[in-house]
Formats: sequence, C-alpha cells, structure tokens
Amino acid sequence: MASVTFKVWRGDIDGGEFKNYKTDISEGMVVLDALFQIQADAANDLAIRWNCKAGKCGSCSAEVNGYPRLMCMTRMSSLPQDKPIKIEPMKSFPVIKDLVCDVSWNYEAKRRIKKFKPRKPDAADGTWRMQQEDVDRVQEFRKCIECFLCQDVCHVLREHHLHEHFIGPSLLVYTAALEMHPLDVEDRTEDLRKHQGIGYCNITKCCTNVCPEHITITDNAIIPLKERLVDKFYDPLKKILNLFSGKS
Amino acid sequence: MSNVKRHEYDVLIIGAGGAGLRSAIEASDAGAKVGVVCKSLLGKAHTVMAEGGAAAAIGNIDEKDNWKIHFADTMRGGQYLNNPQMAEIHAKEAPDRILELEAWGALFDRTKDGKILQRHFGGHRYRRLAHVGDRTGLEMIRTLQDHGIHQGIDFHMECTVLELLKDGDRIAGAFGYDREKGRFLVFEASAVVLATGGIGRAFKVTSNSWEYTGDGQTLAYDSGAELIDMEFVQFHPTGMVWPPSVKGILVTEGVRGEGGVLRNSEGRRFMFDDIPEAYKSSTADSEEEAWQYTIGNTEARRPPELLTRDHVARCIVREIKEGRGSPHGGVFLDIAWIKEKLPNAAEHIKRKLPSMYHQFKELAEIDITSEVMEVGPTTHYIMGGVRVNAETQMTNVPGLFAAGEVAAGLHGANRLGGNSLSDLLVFGRRSGEFAAKFAKENGKAAIDDRQIQSATRAALAPFERSGGSSGTSAYQVQQELQDSMQSLVGIVRTESELKEGLEVIGRLKERAKVVGVEGNREYNPGWHTALDLHNLMTISEAIARCAIMRQESRGAHFRLDFPDKSEEFSKVIMVIIKDADGQMQVNSEAIVPLTEEHKQIIEDNK
Repeated sequence: MASVTFKVWRGDIDGGEFKNYKTDISEGMVVLDALFQIQADAANDLAIRWNCKAGKCGSCSAEVNGYPRLMCMTRMSSLPQDKPIKIEPMKSFPVIKDLVCDVSWNYEAKRRIKKFKPRKPDAADGTWRMQQEDVDRVQEFRKCIECFLCQDVCHVLREHHLHEHFIGPSLLVYTAALEMHPLDVEDRTEDLRKHQGIGYCNITKCCTNVCPEHITITDNAIIPLKERLVDKFYDPLKKILNLFSGKS
Repeated sequence: MSNVKRHEYDVLIIGAGGAGLRSAIEASDAGAKVGVVCKSLLGKAHTVMAEGGAAAAIGNIDEKDNWKIHFADTMRGGQYLNNPQMAEIHAKEAPDRILELEAWGALFDRTKDGKILQRHFGGHRYRRLAHVGDRTGLEMIRTLQDHGIHQGIDFHMECTVLELLKDGDRIAGAFGYDREKGRFLVFEASAVVLATGGIGRAFKVTSNSWEYTGDGQTLAYDSGAELIDMEFVQFHPTGMVWPPSVKGILVTEGVRGEGGVLRNSEGRRFMFDDIPEAYKSSTADSEEEAWQYTIGNTEARRPPELLTRDHVARCIVREIKEGRGSPHGGVFLDIAWIKEKLPNAAEHIKRKLPSMYHQFKELAEIDITSEVMEVGPTTHYIMGGVRVNAETQMTNVPGLFAAGEVAAGLHGANRLGGNSLSDLLVFGRRSGEFAAKFAKENGKAAIDDRQIQSATRAALAPFERSGGSSGTSAYQVQQELQDSMQSLVGIVRTESELKEGLEVIGRLKERAKVVGVEGNREYNPGWHTALDLHNLMTISEAIARCAIMRQESRGAHFRLDFPDKSEEFSKVIMVIIKDADGQMQVNSEAIVPLTEEHKQIIEDNK
C-alpha cells in the first residue's frame, strides 16, 4: 500500500488555495475513493459532488492533474504517484465550494432549446416504426451523461466565457439528438445560428477527446449541424431558387 | 420565521428519479402547480443506473404475451405476498407507459420490423423488457427530464427534505435545506409525493448511490404512515467483486439475458444443480436448450441463470461458502463463451452490453468479450416500503403519496428484473394524477411554525457538538452501521444475528446523537451525512425487526434457522408503525386476498 499526496483545491467563489492531504492507496482504487478517504479522515467538510460512482451519472466531474475527468472512472494506477496529484474544480463554471461547481447554466440553456416534436404516428395504434440503423446514429448522442466535461474543456466557454452566446458542445450534442431523431419534425437551425452560437465552434475536437462516453462530438454531432445550417442559409443554388419562389 | 425561504405548491414531489419525474409530469398536466425537490442535480438520480430494461407485455416479439401472464409472473416472483391489485394495474398499464415515452423522444432498440425490441429477463415468461443496450435507465430519465423541463415545473436541485409538515392528520408540506448554502426551506403543499427510492446505503456492499438512505420511508414513518414488507431486501446476484473499491457495482442481468453463464471454480455451470419446483417446467434441462432460448427459439425453455434474483443470489452464496468460489470471493460470469456459437461475438457483446464492456475495461482491466467476470451478490433494491392504496398511491396519511421504490406492495417478497422501471412509470403517473386531485379537492393546509422551529433546531444540533470530547464523526457511525447490517442483517439471516443487529443499531443510534460536525453550513458533506443517519437507523431497525418476525424463508428473505417456506407466513405481511411513545411497532396482517379472476389467471399460467 502506497501513500500518495493529493493537492486539493479548497475554497469558494471568493477564492481558495490548494491543500495537501496524504492517503493510502490500495489496488484498483479510483481518484474518488482516495478523496472519500481524505474526506472521512482529514477533511469532513470537503465538498464533492458524486452519485453513482460507476461512470453512469456524470456528477463527479473535476480536473485531475489539469485534465477534465470523471473522478469515479480515473484509476489511481493511471496517474504518476511519485508527485502530488492535483485535483481542482471545473473551470467553465463558477465554483460553489471546493470541487463543486454551479452548473445550473447548462440546465437553463437546455430549456431554451425547442423540445422534441414527433411526426404523426405511423400505425393506427399510435405507435411508430423505426429501423435500428436510423436509431443508431441518435443513440450515440443519447449516451450523454451530462457530465459537462466537454463544456469545461471548450475554450469558447472556458477562456472566452461566451455562455450568453454559445450553448457549448454538450448542448450541441443534445440538439443533434433532436435534429437527427427519426421522428422529430421541429426545425432548430435558425436558433442554432442566431441564439446558440454554433458558429463559435472552430472544431478543435477537444470536447471529443474528454468525453467519458466516447461520443464523437465534433465529427458526428457538431459538423453535421453546421452542414445543415450551410444547406439552409448559405447554399447559393437554394438562395437563387428561393429568390424566384419568393422566399427570403 | 424570517431566515427560512418559503415556496408554495399544489403538489410537492420529493425525488426526481423516474417515479418523481413521471409523477410531476402528470400532476402538472392536471393543472397543478408542481415543485420537485431532489438531493442531486436533475437527471442524476438512481434511475440513471438501471441497465436491463422496462418490463411491459407489449408482445412485439412474443405475440402470446399479455398482461395476464405478466401479472402471473410478477405474483409468482413475489411469492404471492404482492398486493394483487397493484400487480394487475402494473401489468395492464405498463405497455402504454412505455409507448408514451416514445412519443416524448425515447429511442428504444428496434425489432426488424421497426417496433420496440424486447429482451429476456429472469422470471418473465416472454421477452418483455423494452431496452436501450444496457443503459435503459439513462434513456428513461433523460426522456422524462427533457419532457418535464418544458412543463413549467419548479426544480429545486440539491435540496434535502428533513421533515414532513402536518396540519392535524393531513399533510401540509415539507421542511428541508439546500446543499449549496445550507439555507432552510419550507414547502407549503396541499399534497406531497414521496419518490425517494431505496435504502442501499444501509449496507456495505451495494449497487446504490449515496442518495439511497431511506429518506422517504423514514419521512413517512415519522409522520405516521405505515411501512410494510421491510424484511424483503433484494440482493442482486451479480455485482462486481474486484477490485475492492468497485465492489457492489451492478453487473446487469442483461449479461445473462444475452447468454452469459455462471460457473464455479470447477468450471461447473452450477445453476443447473438446483431448480426450484415452481420453475422446473419452464427451465431448460440442457446447455443447448438454454442457448436455443437465448437466440430466440420459442420452443426452448429458459436458462437457469434467468431464475429469480433471490434464488440465483443464494446459489452463488452457496458456491462461495462451499469453497467453489472465484479468487476474490465471487463466482465466474462468462459471456465471452458465446463466440463458440456466434460469428462476430465480440462486436455483438459490445453492442448489446456497451456499459458493461466499458465498466469492466476501465475499472477492472478485464475485456468481457474474451475474459470471464467475477461477480457476487450486492444490495440492490427494497421490495418493502411505504404502504399505499393500489389505485391512488396515497398512504394512510391524507395528502401523502408514495411511488416507485419507496412504495411497497407490487413486488411482494421478490422483485422481477425489469419490473422496477415499469413500476415507477405506472405508479409515478398514478401518484401524480391523484395527488393533483387531492390538492384540488382539499386545498391548502396550515403550517405550524413550531414544527419548523423544532426541525431547525434539530438540523443545527450537530454543529453545537463539534469539537467536543464526544468527537464521533458521522462517517464512522455510518460505516459501522453498514458493516453490521452487511454481516448481521444481510443475505443469510438467523434470529440470534438479527437480534445482535438490533442491539448494534440501538447503540449506534445513541452515538448518532453525539455526532459533531466541523465547518459551516455551505455544501458540507459531513453535516449532510450526520443528518442522514436518522434515516439509515430507522430503516435498518425496520428491516431487522421485520426479519426477526418472519420465521420462514421466502423470496429475498432467507433464514438459516427457518430455511423453508411456512404456510402460516404465506398469509401475512409485516406492518410497521410508530406508536404514541415514538417506538417502532411491528404487527403481522393478512395479505390482500386474490380475487377469483386472479386465482384463475395464476392457475392458467402455472
């Protein structure tokens, strides 16, 4: 059993500092286990947000040695243990206390996205028919556990704080799931362009790299949405056709 | 009181898992002003972890399936202690509740002709579980959440309710705090729905998240509602056992549904060795027949790995106790073997069980497409809970409702896999409907400020004890309780150990009273843990007391000193109530009798 030092950020919205804690590591432990030990032994009031501890709920997002991670899925054996392991809260959101951030913005921004609107049922009994291959594409997006790690790593939010103008990769995945849903008939392209700032994304793919659910955020969600916008608003042929048909 | 923030609702829902969200949607559709309080962020509740699927006799694969067979399966699984009215309502309404999710955007896996695909699960005669790979719970909670946020419902995230408020006999609201700042909150409500889930955190090895501290059961009990069936705690047969830090994390029954087999250290498929009489005629008697069933041959009978959870868990315990376990104290679960039968088996496994693949890969460095898993029982679900009216979900306290895991009656002595997700949809909806109706008919009740004052004092008491010589931390008390419940009130029980368990709970209750808390009220998990102790103690005592009373083995309740079923106990359920002196009373009461129609259905489907 090895003793490992953790540098844990302690503080609140008014500021804070890193504090060192030592704890013993046994086989198979994840970062969250180590923090629980620290919480039980040395820092009873250390604020950590967590739920399932199985990588399914997306609550325990934080930065481990500067990298956005789910603490419950980060094995201690994957980290160098000869120097202190740095744990700090996500940077794209205001901190509440210690490792816990105020992520409420994500919920508010989500509510402004137009909800699911299905086409009329396919069968007389009110049900629909969909083929698995048409569902597959959207099921990838619906794996999203709303951990907001992609929001954390996105420079538009993290460095430029454009939360008012850009919904971030997580909510673009959500929008893509709605837009590409085989039954959905709503149109969200205008909102994506005007209010949700999809143009701010310059496809650096950082979000894809940190997604614990391995959703190919940029290639499969964001780029196809951008293409839809291009088709709708910037296609020169369509523009001409629209001109003649009296549409703007 | 000026330092307390007040909110007013027609219907207040405590808990935002599947049952709470479905309840909220229904109540708000009925025109009620609805508030939802949840301990975590929205969409993180324990429903998110449900893997295998939601049981509903839609009959997309097996056309012969219908509500009667689902009803009979549920009753047999519950060893006939279930409330038959609830089992009937559940079986009849589950298909509509699943199809309705599709109208709200849920995307279940599909059949070749484009309908909702259904899979095998233990105890269900037909392929009945609507699913999305092995993340069905996530799909359900997200669908309900994304539908609910457009309904004008208020969500109070990261808030905990500490006490229900009453006006005479009837409910008047709830008192709690927010985690962020530790501010106290009063919710004035004409009706309250408990949808708080289970009690797994009372045990050391559990698949449940930290939230599962028996809050709803305790809130109900403290306000005069009855609890029933508390001895029936489901130990899921397959939880991870290695490495130690992940012990208890669920390995979905879906693994067995897709062909996974259980073997002991001798390589023997031991589930063939002990098939209960009631299931003999419907269980395969050769490995080949079992496989034929897995791949959809309707002539074949079920693999013994898909017997009910209580039975599979006990068989695993037997193998381990008799020295035929795996290196880390479990048994082997093997899905990789299907490569002998299927081309592209590895891809098939990754497609049908993606979360399991990642879970083992990332937490145990095991590739389940080529290696065997080690698994053992883990505390998973409580069949018992708050007693409710089968149709309305109202408790004996007027205006107080309960739905989902916190409520009891549907599952009897053992729950079938897949019946929980359908339970919370069916009865979540009903609780919302009838809570809104109650609120409309009865209007607001009066809040007693003295109750708020005493609740505030109780909540702050741990801070006054900090730094004193008592120095006991909430974490220590919680851990000791979990250790004792695991070893004394766990999967195999005896009267002497259960009584010892009760004594330990008694001692820990005294220690909980002197627990001190350091720091302040802002997002302080030490304080939250201290406040949860009362709930954990209450439900632990309830489980132990009921387990002592039931002198037989039935369903999930196994008594080494009474290893057989008894005629006497087949007719009764245990009912708990807080008496006038604040003591816990347990009485046995006759079960809800079967109607002639129910009897006939059960007979026809034996």
